[in-house]
Amino acid sequence: MSLLDYFKISKTSSASLAKERLQILVAHERVSHDQPSYLPQLQKELLDVIQKYVNVDENAISVSFEQDEHQETLELNITLPDQHKTF
Amino acid sequence: MARIIVVTSGKGGVGKTTTSAAIAMGLAKRGHKTAVIDFDVGLRNLDLIMGCERRVVYDFINVINGEASLNQALIKDKNCPQLHILAASQTRDKDALSQEGVGKVLEDLSKDFKYIVCDSPAGIERGAHLAMYFADDAFVVTNPEVSSVRDSDRMLGILSSKSRRAEENKEPIKEYLLLTRYSPERVKLGEMLSVDDVQEILSLHLLGVIPESKSVLNASNSGMPVILDEKSDAGQAYADIVARYLGENKPHRFIEDKKGFFGKLFGGK
Repeated sequence: MSLLDYFKISKTSSASLAKERLQILVAHERVSHDQPSYLPQLQKELLDVIQKYVNVDENAISVSFEQDEHQETLELNITLPDQHKTF
Repeated sequence: MARIIVVTSGKGGVGKTTTSAAIAMGLAKRGHKTAVIDFDVGLRNLDLIMGCERRVVYDFINVINGEASLNQALIKDKNCPQLHILAASQTRDKDALSQEGVGKVLEDLSKDFKYIVCDSPAGIERGAHLAMYFADDAFVVTNPEVSSVRDSDRMLGILSSKSRRAEENKEPIKEYLLLTRYSPERVKLGEMLSVDDVQEILSLHLLGVIPESKSVLNASNSGMPVILDEKSDAGQAYADIVARYLGENKPHRFIEDKKGFFGKLFGGK
């Protein structure tokens, strides 16, 4: 192995950095492109309804959409504030 | 019935028109009657790459609007009688391209031609949508570079959802990867994504790799599709791609770094 080769592997190559960034990005974008376009609006309106009854902040609700060959799943997750447990 | 091929990429400047010209010429040279259509309304360029820019009288939009017949608008290639070119219009009205009109032209061409190559414009606007809408096969032209790979992935999503085959629940468009402007030397140095990297990210069937080559600019300078430059690496790479597309088993070339000076002196072939 020459001296040049030593320097070559001692730092991360830009190609492997590119690959890593792309893998993360592409995985993320594939999920979000498959989502129905009404999802953000749905999330906002659901939040409005829930806030009428419960004092939750806007991060308390998460909506996720999953799709496989057979079905589409809409998962809704609402985190209620702690004090409500006492009722 | 003709087989309709769309050459697409999302990103501009990756080699769609170069590829369309080369592939169409390659198919025609093998005796298949082939038409190549420029879908880039307003920015016509295929005619220039094919070297027929001075023979354009009528264009794609003229045919759609019934101002000219297909036979009047098709330009017979000067190098290969089996190849015909349909130029894009220079009009600035992008709505001139209608889905119905494009469908009718492709249907008419299908009666007479074996292959129809649709050269897509960059972007995801109307022209790009219509170029892919009726396709049977998609050649996704990608450079080993982050923005090109990302855009290709985006196009794959659109291909699988917004095409006639998808809407009619038919067998999906067959997608192939064409990796262009590839530099094995830079891949070896870790400066460029490798074929394997790009394939792993896009999970696409690799039809071929076109090396970065001076012959591509030389070919476009002279208006000759690069596949006619049989001595050049890019020309040979495109010829391989056409052969593979037609079902021949050709080992991939131009992926490995050429041997250096000492390699040439002491190594194998």
